[in-house]
Amino acid sequence: METLTETTVDFDLAEQTVRELNHELHAPTATHYRVLNPRGAHSVAAGINDEIDVEIDGDVGYFCAGMHKTGKVTVNGMAGPGVAENMMSGVVHVKGHASQSAAATAHGGLLVVDGNASTRCGISLKGGDIVVKGNIGAMSAFMAQAGRIVVCGDAGEALGDSIFEARLYVRGKVASLGADCIAKEMREEHREELVQLLKDAGMDQEANDDAYVDSFTRYGSARTLYHFNSGE
Amino acid sequence: MRSPEDRGLRESAIFDRASIAAIQHAAKTGVYDIRGWGAKRAVPHFDDLLFLGSAISRYPMEGYRERCDTDVTMGEMNAKNPMTLDIPITIAGMSFGALSAQAKEALGRGASAMGTSTTTGDGGMTEEEREHSSKLVYQLLPSRYGMNPDHLRRADAIEVVVSQGAKPGGSGMLLGQKISSRVAEMRTLPEGIDQRSACRHPDWTGPDDLTLKIEELREITDWNVPIHVKVAASRPYYDTKLAVAAGADVVVVDGMQGGTAATQEVFIEHVGIPTLAAIGPAVKALKEMGVHRKVKLIISGGIRTGADVAKALALGADAVAIGTAALIALGDNDPRWAEEYEKIGSAAGYYDDFHEGRDPAGITTQDPKLAARLDPVEAGKRLKNYLQVLTLEAQTIARACGKSHVTHLEPEDLVALTIESAAMTGLPLAGTDWVPGRSSNGWGPSSNGL
Ligand SMILES: Cc1cc2nc3c(=O)[nH]c(=O)nc-3n(C[C@H](O)[C@H](O)[C@H](O)COP(=O)(O)O)c2cc1C
Repeated sequence: METLTETTVDFDLAEQTVRELNHELHAPTATHYRVLNPRGAHSVAAGINDEIDVEIDGDVGYFCAGMHKTGKVTVNGMAGPGVAENMMSGVVHVKGHASQSAAATAHGGLLVVDGNASTRCGISLKGGDIVVKGNIGAMSAFMAQAGRIVVCGDAGEALGDSIFEARLYVRGKVASLGADCIAKEMREEHREELVQLLKDAGMDQEANDDAYVDSFTRYGSARTLYHFNSGE
Repeated sequence: MRSPEDRGLRESAIFDRASIAAIQHAAKTGVYDIRGWGAKRAVPHFDDLLFLGSAISRYPMEGYRERCDTDVTMGEMNAKNPMTLDIPITIAGMSFGALSAQAKEALGRGASAMGTSTTTGDGGMTEEEREHSSKLVYQLLPSRYGMNPDHLRRADAIEVVVSQGAKPGGSGMLLGQKISSRVAEMRTLPEGIDQRSACRHPDWTGPDDLTLKIEELREITDWNVPIHVKVAASRPYYDTKLAVAAGADVVVVDGMQGGTAATQEVFIEHVGIPTLAAIGPAVKALKEMGVHRKVKLIISGGIRTGADVAKALALGADAVAIGTAALIALGDNDPRWAEEYEKIGSAAGYYDDFHEGRDPAGITTQDPKLAARLDPVEAGKRLKNYLQVLTLEAQTIARACGKSHVTHLEPEDLVALTIESAAMTGLPLAGTDWVPGRSSNGWGPSSNGL
């Protein structure tokens, strides 16, 4: 890493291709990148595997920061479907809204969405964390196996359908719960992890506000679908 | 005692013994049957085709002197590192979880010895199989269990699994007995639960999304390796077209007879079309798009012999994949375990309760004691031998048809034995020039009004 230049390298997608961008990010020569004119391009900054910091100025299409590992990606705009899908570690921060399947199957790392996230947010989550400052859409946390999702706004229909061991914290209304998903007691350990997640998402003021933290409800699995003979 | 037949009793063809037993089981338990293996009913298959060989109008190659090559290369159009298989037979995706670690290792050993690939499965990549497979295809499935970009980068090819022939539109299952601590950890699941995987991909739906998904996988892996798309044989003409349009280097079409580790019996036997019926439409799609033999077609579901391999290639496939046959070669359903199969309510040659994890042969199990029965080195040798026989048999037929490469076999070399298989494949019925649905060329019995 010592050989990497500390200055920020600009990468203009009006001039160069996503393929060239990703090629550079997969064998980085700098620690900081700024991506200009993404104009909804797909797979921007997918497959990062280094401690680099990538800032994208504008909206991105599908699979931005897909399978992200270790570094940080910031989207100063909106993100299309599958942002940070199957993320392993590191941070992805969307300053606008995120479309469907945000952080789908993420195994680790943290996705922060400042706006809303659409349907299927955190679907099949496998250990990653998600903090959405706005609302999330229907079928979110479907079959979520592990990891945590914090929703500061409302959740859409069928939240946590067929959920396994993921933990969901929702501050607002839940339109409906999916099969086998139930509200659960908020014990001290849950409160602590919620506070930490809010802090990780840069929401220190809220994290330190007891009333704010207390207004969340925890949801998780009733574990009645874990064995086939106990119900379909 | 005389058998019921000898006593003049008649068994119902409709309510046969298996149907009666199934009704009795359902009535008793209220639970549907889940099992492994593939469809057991008879459907039109490669046995319904014959090769013509050579005579005066065609001449053959000399058996041992003249070359008959068998290699096939995937991904030449898009991948920086295309994958070449020395033989047109690859080991289909079977998960660690469904199979023991020893079985996965044995598959790798046997395939590598013959210069061909193995495929991961619905449970991620194990170190054992990466280590022992010189060419490894990494599956991206709806469940994404154990999906890891580091593994993606270590793969020789990537296979996006849309669906499986045994259960088009269904998902994987792994019952609690097989969710050992290692399996649970790899899949991020609680130990011992009955697991059902998702049947839809979590982050894409439909052909346009698939295009973007393939592009993402190429971007993540720097366009290094070929990308396969695996679909169950249900609407192979359209699915092949859509997979090619989405950018696949290889289309894998898995017929309804294709094996499974655990699926509802009703799914296995009643959903999807036979392998034989799926090849023609897939080849037609490739030809219409001008990519036949460029985008490669892998066919699976019920491949047993070199004749099956040769017939699939002659119909237009570039390679075949095998699952069930590979497990049998390792030692599955071996008569040496006959007594133990009886003890668990089955019999050697009939065993299909892969989901129960009690496999006496140590293949479809996570029980350490049973799994230890399978010696990966010995089992790998058996698989190598079997792959060698398949290859030699396919070459024998190709030479007899005058071909210097097994993929030069063509529909011209084949005829159909039944009207059904003729209609499904577009091949003439043996001894005639008649293809159902088409007018004849004028020499066969049907054109003489016979
Ligand atoms: C034990 C077992 C496990 C399987 N696991 C998978 C899997 O994880 N992913 C997949 O795409 N197909 C899976 N299959 C299907 C095979 O990849 C392949 O499509 C099928 O076995 C081909 O048909 P055949 O068994 O008649 O050769 C499995 C099959 C078997 C027998």
